[in-house]
Amino acid sequence: QGKFTLLRDTRTDGSFLVHHFLSFYLRAGCKVCFVALLQSFSHYSIVAQKLGVNLTAAKERGQLVFLEGLKSCLDLLFGEVEEQPGQPSPLRFLSESTSDLRALFDFVRVSLTPTDSDSWKGPVLLVDDLTVLLSLGATPVAVLDFIHYCRVSVCSQLKGNIVVLVHSSEDLEDEENELVVNSLCHHSDLILWAEGLATGFCKDVHGQMKIIKRVSLQQVGEQDLVQVYQYKIQDRNVTFFARGLSAAVL
Amino acid sequence: LVSTEEDKYGLYSNLLFKYFLAEGIVCGHELFVASAKEHPDNILKELPAPLLDDTHGKELGDEAAAVKSEDFQDSMKIAWRYQNLPKVEASPTTYTKFGHYYDISKKMPPELLKSIKWHSFYLHEELSSQPEMKACNMNSAYMKLLQSLQRIISQGGFDGSDPQKKPKNVLRIGIQSLGSLLWGDDICCSETPEDAHSLTKFLYVLRGLLRKSLSACIITVPAHLIQNKAIMERVTNLSDMVVGLESFIGSERETNPLYKDYHGLVHVRQIPRLNSLICDVSDTKDLAFRLKRKLFTIERLHLPPDLSDGVSRASKQELAGSAKLLSSGCGAMAIGKKHLDF
Repeated sequence: QGKFTLLRDTRTDGSFLVHHFLSFYLRAGCKVCFVALLQSFSHYSIVAQKLGVNLTAAKERGQLVFLEGLKSCLDLLFGEVEEQPGQPSPLRFLSESTSDLRALFDFVRVSLTPTDSDSWKGPVLLVDDLTVLLSLGATPVAVLDFIHYCRVSVCSQLKGNIVVLVHSSEDLEDEENELVVNSLCHHSDLILWAEGLATGFCKDVHGQMKIIKRVSLQQVGEQDLVQVYQYKIQDRNVTFFARGLSAAVL
Repeated sequence: LVSTEEDKYGLYSNLLFKYFLAEGIVCGHELFVASAKEHPDNILKELPAPLLDDTHGKELGDEAAAVKSEDFQDSMKIAWRYQNLPKVEASPTTYTKFGHYYDISKKMPPELLKSIKWHSFYLHEELSSQPEMKACNMNSAYMKLLQSLQRIISQGGFDGSDPQKKPKNVLRIGIQSLGSLLWGDDICCSETPEDAHSLTKFLYVLRGLLRKSLSACIITVPAHLIQNKAIMERVTNLSDMVVGLESFIGSERETNPLYKDYHGLVHVRQIPRLNSLICDVSDTKDLAFRLKRKLFTIERLHLPPDLSDGVSRASKQELAGSAKLLSSGCGAMAIGKKHLDF
């Protein structure tokens, strides 16, 4: 409860983790607010079906609140319908001169605040992926503020969890990106870091996953717990194994 | 969304761009061509002619027959570990008929061009009308392009908004040299451009439009000119597939004997991972291209055997990470121009 998990990928695509968490929390019966900025609803829906979860049904029974960023953006820019005054578009920052993500935060807060008829276990906020907001013109400070507000609201007040995916690169060229990612790393309770192999591309091992449990946040003087596994992604699941012990080698 | 990082002089990326459009014509798709550099009419006139008969197939067939007659039946004695690897085919006699082949020495016949509907967007000829989009701090050229594209998509019924429109067709979009100075974007000029987000915002909206409609898009980006590498990373992140072309013209690799058969390298930086957890990863990532008189081929990078007595080749260190130092048996697998048909 009240945990902030950071999904991070470098040199590879960590979105399989997002799919996993989405189906995991839906199956656990939590109310999920999914801010999907990079892909369309049908993409997630098709993958979720392979993992055994039906997103459309979850949406219909109110368990899943899905913000499709791409569609929302198009509606905002090309839409002929005037926004209703009570419900501004969550991606308002694109067209306004204000660079804060307040509208997005309001959307999240409203979707996860439990109503009387809700009977779901804890709320969950899932974001895929946060670094796209930087590409869209949000400043790093605005992005960090947004996450901070979300943490206060979702983790502390509603005792829910947050899972956020960010991309980072090894080149450190994108300073804004690095700023956001480093700052989030410091505040996360759990970091799942998917990296492409340092030795290059391999057919049997798709990457390496570092799991960092931030024990140092809770107890002063304790070291963080780091575990490293390698993984291979298959059509319906991901297999993990210890380094160097891939099935292809044994 | 396929992004192509242009090679230095734009020769080869232009060729890929034309192939994409030509494939669209042959498949009967609608086309939308946008450019700030060349007038789209001229681009369309220069498309390669399709090879609709089997003469090309026969040529390849002859080559393949010659190669196969070599005797590969001997079991390998020294390199016995390689015995179990599948033989790499010299050339695709058994190639799957995926896409079409083109003859670049001939131009597309105008009757074929007339048979499909196409739209063009030439920046310098566009009327400076007031954009109907809500303002969003984007470069005005990009905004005009988006608007034009959105109009064509909704009018053409590609997004399924009007159920009465004619049977579904695919819209192939080609946009040339995005991010270059000609589009009014200054990211190629300085490291801290005034409006660093225009291109990425444009790509995001473009991605939205593509997801919403039956369309496929190729863009070429002069990556070597963009000073701020962060922007290229963001562009890569926002595209589904990214292919970089590195030509050897003018670089030291032109005279390198390792690369003498090829004109450049193909870097596949990202492949689309849509609707599934995994993506279709090929066996090798070392690809090179060469431009023959009639054909543009992309092949596996194949190094000739190192027969010199000298200690090392000139650029062995550079290649250590990427090249396959032992080719498995016969020559490179020559794939005819492989098109991704959406």
